[in-house]
Amino acid sequence: MHSTVEPLMRVEGVERIFGGRRKLFGGHRAGVHAVQDVSLDIMPGETLGIVGESGCGKSTLARMLVGLDQPTGGSIRFKGRDIADTLRNDFNGLARNIQYVFQDPVSSLNPRKTIRSILEAPLKHLLGLGRKERAERLGTLMDAVNLRPEFLERYPHEFSGGQAQRIGIARALAADPELIVLDEPVSALDVSVQAQVINLLADLKARFGLTYVFISHDLSVVESVSDRVAVMYFGRLAELGPARALFADPRHRYTRLLLDSVPAPGKPIVACEGSEGDLPDPYDPPAGCAFAPRCPAADDLCRSQRPALDAGAVDGAHLAACFHPPLLTGETAGDGQL
Amino acid sequence: MSAVANPRSSGRPDAVRLMLNNRLATGGLVILVVMVLLALLAPLLPLADPNATAPANRLIRPLSEGHLLGTDALGRDILSRILWGLRVSLAVGISATLIAAFFGSLIGLVAGYAGGRTDNLLMRGVDMLMAFPYILLALAIVAVLGPGLINALYAIAVVNIPFFARNIRGVTLGLARREFVDAARLSGKSHLRILTGEILPNVAPVIVVTMSTTVGWMILETAGLSFLGLGAQPPQADLGSMLGDGRRVLFNAPHVAIVPGLVIFLLVMSINLFGDGVRDVLDPRLKSGALARPMGRTAIDPRAGDAMPAPATEAVLDVVALKTQFQLGRKTLRAVDDVDLRLREGECLGIVGESGSGKSVTAMSIMGLVPTPPGRIAGGTIDFRGEDLLGASDARIRQLRGGAVSHVFQDPLSTLHPLFTVGDQIVEAIRAHQSIGHREARTKARDLLAMVRIPNAAQRLDAYPHELSGGMRQRVVIAMALANDAELLIADEPTTALDVTVQAQVLSLMNGLRREKKTSILFITHDFGVVSAICDRVAVMYAGRIVETGTARQVLEKPAHPYTRKLIDCVPVLGQSDRRLDAIEGLPPSVDDLPEGCAFAPRCPFAQPECRKGEIPLFALADERAARCLFPLSAAREVVDA
Repeated sequence: MHSTVEPLMRVEGVERIFGGRRKLFGGHRAGVHAVQDVSLDIMPGETLGIVGESGCGKSTLARMLVGLDQPTGGSIRFKGRDIADTLRNDFNGLARNIQYVFQDPVSSLNPRKTIRSILEAPLKHLLGLGRKERAERLGTLMDAVNLRPEFLERYPHEFSGGQAQRIGIARALAADPELIVLDEPVSALDVSVQAQVINLLADLKARFGLTYVFISHDLSVVESVSDRVAVMYFGRLAELGPARALFADPRHRYTRLLLDSVPAPGKPIVACEGSEGDLPDPYDPPAGCAFAPRCPAADDLCRSQRPALDAGAVDGAHLAACFHPPLLTGETAGDGQL
Repeated sequence: MSAVANPRSSGRPDAVRLMLNNRLATGGLVILVVMVLLALLAPLLPLADPNATAPANRLIRPLSEGHLLGTDALGRDILSRILWGLRVSLAVGISATLIAAFFGSLIGLVAGYAGGRTDNLLMRGVDMLMAFPYILLALAIVAVLGPGLINALYAIAVVNIPFFARNIRGVTLGLARREFVDAARLSGKSHLRILTGEILPNVAPVIVVTMSTTVGWMILETAGLSFLGLGAQPPQADLGSMLGDGRRVLFNAPHVAIVPGLVIFLLVMSINLFGDGVRDVLDPRLKSGALARPMGRTAIDPRAGDAMPAPATEAVLDVVALKTQFQLGRKTLRAVDDVDLRLREGECLGIVGESGSGKSVTAMSIMGLVPTPPGRIAGGTIDFRGEDLLGASDARIRQLRGGAVSHVFQDPLSTLHPLFTVGDQIVEAIRAHQSIGHREARTKARDLLAMVRIPNAAQRLDAYPHELSGGMRQRVVIAMALANDAELLIADEPTTALDVTVQAQVLSLMNGLRREKKTSILFITHDFGVVSAICDRVAVMYAGRIVETGTARQVLEKPAHPYTRKLIDCVPVLGQSDRRLDAIEGLPPSVDDLPEGCAFAPRCPFAQPECRKGEIPLFALADERAARCLFPLSAAREVVDA
């Protein structure tokens, strides 16, 4: 954050509330607070991982980053320019720079179109390439994602999940973007195929100098691909920091809980809660920390006041919205579990 | 234009054959074609002038000389009038359908795609059209425009627009929220292009189906208006007006009304039968009868079961040489081939594999839950506590299901009935197997919820599934599975749909139950982390076969089969982020076309020529440890030697 390099994308205080319009006969309908007050920078060339459980707002955030949805508050700047302005004038202007890879590879491909026509669309509409250039570029794209060129004439249902996801990636690459937002790109895939796609993504990033925002609920996948990681809980950032530091020394109790919950060989099952603390009501977010009801270290301060993102910060790069962060390694041994 | 053009070329090549397979539809088509041909050829056929009156020849009976179908009250030839009338009715019916389909689909597409205020405005307008009884609306339109065939056509088209608009809007609404529409947007396509190029091709079959099923209705409506004298004006022949003419002489010359009535019946019937056929081909899900449930239990090949009686007495479940196959057309998918499983009391056996490896089919075969058709158990034995399950009666299987043997599936939301409280559902599960009163069962249900550690169990009995979180729901499902003191719990990816923190809770719950109640668990998963957390032993499946078995620890630490090794290595592990994932190249083989020899050989880095020949058996490596590999990995061998 304190580097001299300008961030590629700067997200400032972004908020997205669904619904919440006025009722027909007076009164105000409560809205769902899907994303609240999220601020982060995406640096050129990095992979920013975003983790969280279902309903934490990570997909909503992702859709806002590519302009498929607009924030109800705050701003998102791409290379210093508010994307809301860009969108108002020219949706395609944003799509040339920022692309998206969907979670479900099969449903993101139109079942009635050939792969060729799916991949040609961005070349034609975003880049305005002629027929000959398109044919050339299609060859390059198929090669980049390790698919045979004869697949171009086939329809999506003829492909397995992993192949379909490669096509989804090829489509995102087609417009030659700088930033690709990947929303759970490997969650729908079998583990053996998942590794192929993760490796492919790493190769493409190096080859085309891409920046990734990688969203997943799978902590080990995020750890293996990310430079920096943002942990989301209930629409807010819980923790943000370099991947290595964050996974080794989480500074938010929620991150700790997530890490402890992942089953792994040789590790006993850690079910961290005696009783399940449900998520708070999204129509009426609590005044304090949303994680407090599930948190072993919560006190009155946590329940009454919302911790800022730097409340549990280690330094400027590793931030955590926690008043009582778990201790750092060395002092910890078994801390954070009940 | 290739990106937006040729949207329909993906139709299945055998659509026509499918259509012709449907006898009723083919019959309808034949009648329809004959009628259309007759109508088209009417000017060329040697027919009497349909409008030439001949008072001398009035009301001649059918089958008379010169007038095959007789004559009407004005002495006009009925056959001639029928054929000319058929022309009119068909032309009006089809044009009205096309007009209604065009405008209705347009409204539906725009409303469904735009959503929000546009949708509201358009659909409320359509609602207003629908609020009038259709015949009244048609009458009103004709009253304003004046009687006449063309005006009747407009009236019928307008009256039918809402039908199309609502149908198409529903389909569009579903499609417009699909990811491929977002993807097209990000590919730079404008809204218009998305609507015509992405959504229309997917909606087109629905439009065609709706058209084919409404043409008949429109023809009836035209006939209705003409019957009332508002459509075709004399002397023009039209089936409806002919019927109206015949009404006046119904008692002394019934044929004047019956003949056009029969023709209308034949025409509409043939169109409807054909329309149903078109619908079945274009939209197989709606096919009448297609939703017929499979049989209550998987079909069992008579040869299965007499392989050998399983001796082991301590085993709760003993599966030997199980073969389950699916018959799809001429293809036989060998989903499960020669699978042996043995599960002791209180033991948790994991079955690990990727999708299509046959792990779920194996689990479903045990209680005959594989749908038939197309599935069937083609061989092997399944013994539950010494009882032959394949030979057991259907009644006995019903008694065991949900009783001594229970299932927990992946998605708790689709397992639980949305309209009943969880209490009612557990009570139902208890009373299906135990003859106890409702109150007693409810007490038991409360205890069960408490046992799966649901806080406030008594109150939660009255909660509906949607009021509970995912983890709570899965606990309810587990409580139901344990309601009748299950001895064997078959859990098919029970935590895959859950968040990681919830998964940990459910795993710890299942582990606790196993220790307290000595329940045996067959745990199906693709996640080695989960296996290590809960399973004692594990069987790894690939392409329908078990490729490796052993204790969970042995298999995870020293896998013997290269597939197991690769499968473990390709999963990222927390805290090892620097390791490049060792992906398995290629794809699993299709189970209807397995290679000779080892099914994994084409992807195996250690494959030798011998691996691609003959049948490769499961080699025992040690006690309870086996691998289907000619060259098991050396690390595993050391374990055996030691």
